[in-house]
Amino acid sequence: MIKNHKKEFKKAFVVSVPVMMGYLVLGFAFGLLLVSSGYDWYLAPLMSIFIYAGALQFIAIGFFNAKMGYIDIAIASWFINLRQSFYGLSLLEKFKYAGKFKHYLIFSLTDETYALLTSIKKDKSISIKHFYFFLAALNQSYWIIGGTLGALVGLSVKFNAAGIEFSLTALFIVLCIEQYKNIKNKYPFLIGSFAAIVCLCFVPSDKMLVSSIGISLFLLMFLKKRVLNEQ
Amino acid sequence: MNNNEIYLAILVMVIVNYFTRALPFLFFRKKKLPKFLVYIERFFPPVIMTILVFYTLKDVNFVEYPYALKEVGAILFTGVLHVVFKNYLVSIFAGTIFYMFLLQYI
Repeated sequence: MIKNHKKEFKKAFVVSVPVMMGYLVLGFAFGLLLVSSGYDWYLAPLMSIFIYAGALQFIAIGFFNAKMGYIDIAIASWFINLRQSFYGLSLLEKFKYAGKFKHYLIFSLTDETYALLTSIKKDKSISIKHFYFFLAALNQSYWIIGGTLGALVGLSVKFNAAGIEFSLTALFIVLCIEQYKNIKNKYPFLIGSFAAIVCLCFVPSDKMLVSSIGISLFLLMFLKKRVLNEQ
Repeated sequence: MNNNEIYLAILVMVIVNYFTRALPFLFFRKKKLPKFLVYIERFFPPVIMTILVFYTLKDVNFVEYPYALKEVGAILFTGVLHVVFKNYLVSIFAGTIFYMFLLQYI
């Protein structure tokens, strides 16, 4: 396929370069954290191939540690990536003609791939569905390579990894700051903190995530007027 | 979790994650979202990110000495780095190394 669509592949590669660094490095951190937490190295490629979601894969290590129930995992997974349930809206048209690639394009719709797909200018001289497919697949391949390398390095290089789990906290701190820049509203952060602290104090740790999500959804609806007035 | 439980957990995440992304292609074909969904879509992502910060700290002891000072310090360090340099790889890596240093040497 690449042979017949060299031009599309080349263009997809050029566009994907900024994602490459990010996915290789973050994927590497994921693999390293997974192995340092005592899990088998091949789970890194397995998860990166079939789940393919940054924050969720990181937090999944926490699910394994906490022996979280499957229904709780399902609920938490959906809400962690809830934003991606809305990405498709702006791609309904674009994916209509993607044919056999459509399912893969939907599966591989990460934040970064979405950002690229929605910001690229139209180019009538190439087969757009092949270009989309190559772009999505290249991005995922960086993520898989990064994760696998991280896991293998974690396996073979012995070092004191105590504290490496903080990379997860740091990731979400960074995402919070980015969200704040975007939304410029303090209420979501207050609601999230309140719900999380209440649940940390009163709910067993394997139920903490799901109950925080429930409480904060309720508060978000209950305080809707206030939240919107802050804008 | 043992390995079989982990495979099952991964399978759950694979299915949910695919449906998370496929949802609009299945249900919202008309592109018109109900109002409360527009609101949730806009304001829920920062809420869940905040919850996840606390979730990652769920095993840290805040009420006894040293009152999670290392964690709080590393969070501030990471946050300041990110505000100053605006590069998430720098913030995450330097923040983590800073925390590992605090934990292992102090």
